[in-house]
Amino acid sequence: MYGFAYHRPTSLQQLKHLLGSIEEARLLAGGQTLIPTLKQRLASPDALIDLKGIAGMASIDRAGDAIVVGALATHAAVAGSPLLRKAIPALAGLADGIGDPQVRNRGTLGGSVANNDPAADYPAALVGLGATIVTTERRIAADDFFLRMFETDLEPGEIVTAVSFPIPRRAAYVKFPSPASRYAIVGVFVAETTAGVRVAVTGAGPCVFRLKEAEPALDRSFAPESLAGLHVSAAGLNSDIHAGAPYRAHLTSVIAKRAVQAALA
Amino acid sequence: MTIDGIGAPVRRKEDRRFLTGRGMYVHDIVRPRQLYAVFLRSPHAHAEIRAIDKKTALACPGVVAVFTAADVADKIKGVPCAWGITGKDGKPMKEPPHPPLGSGKVRHVGDPVAMIVAETLAAARNGAEQVQVAYKVLPAVTGVVEAIKPGAPLLYDDVAGNLCCDWAVGDKAATDAAFAKAHHVTRLDLVNNRLVPNAMETRAALAEYEPASRDYTLYTSTQLPHVARVLLGVLMLSIPERKLRVVAPDVGGGFGSKQVVYAEEAMVTWAAGQLERPVKWVADRSEAFLSDAQGRDHVTHAELALAKDGKFLALRVSTLANIGGYVSTFGPNIPTNLYGPLLAGAYTTPAIYCEVKVIFSNTVPTDAYRGAGRPEATFVLERIIDAAAHELGMDRVEIRRRNFIGKDSYPYQTPVMLQYDIGDHEATLAKGLALSRWSSFAERRKEAAARGKLRGIGIVTYVEACGLAPSRIAQQLGARGGIFESANIRVNPSGDVTVFTGAHNHGQGHETVFSQLVGDMLGMSSDMIEVVHGDTARSPFGLGTYGSRSAAVGGSAIAKAVGKILDKGRKIAAHLLEASEQDIEFKDGAFTVAGTDRRKTFGEIAGAAYTPPPSYPLETLEPGLEETAFYDPVNFTYPAGCHVAEVEIDPETGVTTLVAYTAVDDVGTVLNPMIVEGQVHGGVVQGVGQALCENCVYDPASGQLLSGSFMDYCMPRADDLPIIASVTENTACTHNPIGVKGCGETGTIASPATVMNAVVDALAPYGITHVDMPASPQRIWQTIQAAPHRQAAE
Repeated sequence: MYGFAYHRPTSLQQLKHLLGSIEEARLLAGGQTLIPTLKQRLASPDALIDLKGIAGMASIDRAGDAIVVGALATHAAVAGSPLLRKAIPALAGLADGIGDPQVRNRGTLGGSVANNDPAADYPAALVGLGATIVTTERRIAADDFFLRMFETDLEPGEIVTAVSFPIPRRAAYVKFPSPASRYAIVGVFVAETTAGVRVAVTGAGPCVFRLKEAEPALDRSFAPESLAGLHVSAAGLNSDIHAGAPYRAHLTSVIAKRAVQAALA
Repeated sequence: MTIDGIGAPVRRKEDRRFLTGRGMYVHDIVRPRQLYAVFLRSPHAHAEIRAIDKKTALACPGVVAVFTAADVADKIKGVPCAWGITGKDGKPMKEPPHPPLGSGKVRHVGDPVAMIVAETLAAARNGAEQVQVAYKVLPAVTGVVEAIKPGAPLLYDDVAGNLCCDWAVGDKAATDAAFAKAHHVTRLDLVNNRLVPNAMETRAALAEYEPASRDYTLYTSTQLPHVARVLLGVLMLSIPERKLRVVAPDVGGGFGSKQVVYAEEAMVTWAAGQLERPVKWVADRSEAFLSDAQGRDHVTHAELALAKDGKFLALRVSTLANIGGYVSTFGPNIPTNLYGPLLAGAYTTPAIYCEVKVIFSNTVPTDAYRGAGRPEATFVLERIIDAAAHELGMDRVEIRRRNFIGKDSYPYQTPVMLQYDIGDHEATLAKGLALSRWSSFAERRKEAAARGKLRGIGIVTYVEACGLAPSRIAQQLGARGGIFESANIRVNPSGDVTVFTGAHNHGQGHETVFSQLVGDMLGMSSDMIEVVHGDTARSPFGLGTYGSRSAAVGGSAIAKAVGKILDKGRKIAAHLLEASEQDIEFKDGAFTVAGTDRRKTFGEIAGAAYTPPPSYPLETLEPGLEETAFYDPVNFTYPAGCHVAEVEIDPETGVTTLVAYTAVDDVGTVLNPMIVEGQVHGGVVQGVGQALCENCVYDPASGQLLSGSFMDYCMPRADDLPIIASVTENTACTHNPIGVKGCGETGTIASPATVMNAVVDALAPYGITHVDMPASPQRIWQTIQAAPHRQAAE
């Protein structure tokens, strides 16, 4: 780790001021990606701005037909939220399967979403549920938010403050973890929402994507059998020593079926 | 017999400090004014070093020194090999120099090229980033098949074909003759995957030098402190043994990777002398992946000749073994002497011939890793037996039973050097079949099929050789030293006992087990005994711990030393009790005149030895009660047993789940059943790791390590494993005083083959007859995709 300045603003206003005055600052939420990166000397920011001092960004509340989760809510808080466990148990379950207890007690929703790791779990939930990302500047639909590997629609200085998750009729997330890292090789989030069925896939490609070819059949009949003839193309999917693109394509269809099954269970 | 003596499930003495975070590892030792070292390592698998510029690094704040090959060329000799081998042409192996820092060339990613010493770790890292090394990158070769092809990149100008040694064991003519008249020949190609040892504590070394006395002390995370003192001190650094104290304090696992001596240990010691300040180096995990000696890495073709009735007529094995970029401490010995002679297994195969080409490549050197050669041999033999049974339509248990060495045939001379002393394969098999519920497997398979899972069962009946090693045999095979063990028993004046052993405890529980052994022999509670190890200034010269040797060889040395204590105690007692020495018997902690109630307790005798009463015959009997013994075994020990595994495979995803595991082992006398069970569990898990998940992968084009962290190197975890049923069914070793065979490696030796036999059995409906390790989800899925009877099975 190289040396850096450390700031801990207590309001969004202070944060904005800091961002305007520091050349190369990195935002620190739970630090589950950033801190290991710093420890390995793979990044050398001038300053870290710790967001955890900002009040009111870790709440989990109902707002009409949606649950709004603050960006600083930890994975453990999401997993343990009585509200979410009742309204969107698939989301609470997803959070409960991220990393290990240490990661879940530190890592945050906003950090994961803004980082957009291709194997992260949360992006599948956001896209699968048709969530809305609330930032310091605007509201962004999940479908428009995740652009490319580690890239989002956020502008410089724009901070995720909350995510609004519409409550689905039913939903499920099934992850096929890498045997080594336990990150998703393929993770599929399916949701039957008021606007139709949505199927989102993480891990398989460079960025979360909707498996649109699976959605019409499930709209007609929300059952695993509806996906019997589903063929997922390997083109553009990730490949590493644990899973080549053809295997990921195959797993995507298998795990999608299992996710539908889980949603019905 | 005492309540916490031999055979009692005593809880470990070590656990109090280990479980409460009070262990004292090298990294926990802090010396005044200590400096920190880091090693700059090659980013290339194969390259010429054109120039190294250390000026900028030396100017970094806090940097004290930067050393490169040029600084140590005439000061530190190369890293030595402790066990050379001889080829089938009678010529010694190729043993190119292994300089402590890259000199001229680097031969694997992670090869150290410079040592940076600084006031703080951060300063040393900053300095390392400023050392400029100009490399000319050369083509690299990482796999054995490619490395021996004509035209392959050569690691050494004078080693043709990258061939370190072309070695063989067995009778080729007799084997060929048996094949010529065989009813059936089964052929199998196997890959034994490379592994990263991953001890929980990474390697670490801290050295200090006292200029006034010219004494060095090296604290290092090693399995063999005395051997390290000779190899590092005498051979590399020209420091006399009396001037170098090597301390191996608590060591967090070794698995063989710490029975190797490393350049970093020599460099740290030398630098401490140069700088006259203590120097500490602690490897980080990424560094461990690139510099700890790795394990396995074989490519093998095997053939088994059979008679019509399934009797084995001959076994022919041809193996390419990868030893990486340099000859490591025991590197060439592992895939040869510890491999070929194990191919007889539990069977009467009359003719065996095994040839091994030992090959250099641009990878981290390989050396001993738990089991060291014996898991590889067991994998070949037990896989080809299953393949033969399948081809002949024979039952897998029956074909083994038909070829067993009967218990009345012992001692049994195998055709590959070893002479087994004792065993009872029918007994361990019967227990294994019963405990694993082998006969009712069909019901479980049916139940799994109803859930869409393929269930398979696998069995192995193995023999291993451990208790390393009879010095005379070892030296005939190339060992450059003896492999005995030492013990010193110091009875203190108040009657309690300190045991100094040359073995080293890095998780095995020696402090507990050796206390039980001594307590049992002296009739006292093990709480009255303290075991000291791991310090060349305290223990007599010992060979350390590896090859499941500590109880069998180290324990025997202790037993021998206790015998000497009792002999002397008997003399003292005879005098005090005014009886003839022949009439004194020792029982229940007291010396008694046979047939009388006249007795002296062991404590009274100890007191008399140190406070001789006026009548004590000082002219003929020395005062004091302390004895040393060196024990050199007459033979290896031969643990054996029967392991059974059950797996379930999800054919849709390729995921293999180990659902049941049974280990029945014959480990000889059990000193502490709780520790035996723990050793078997740990060993089985490491073997399951190889079978199902662990895989060290290099990119063949660049030689970069692709599995360089736990993100990509898959270690088995608790939730990957079922409850392991571990029991013993023992025959006592016939040639050592305590009957112990050893239990440290049995699990790792038997389990890879056991699990893979189960995997292949599960996939049999697809017409699949072999799967290489690890049985990762993708590999299983791909194997099913390419299977001959895929349609029929689905």
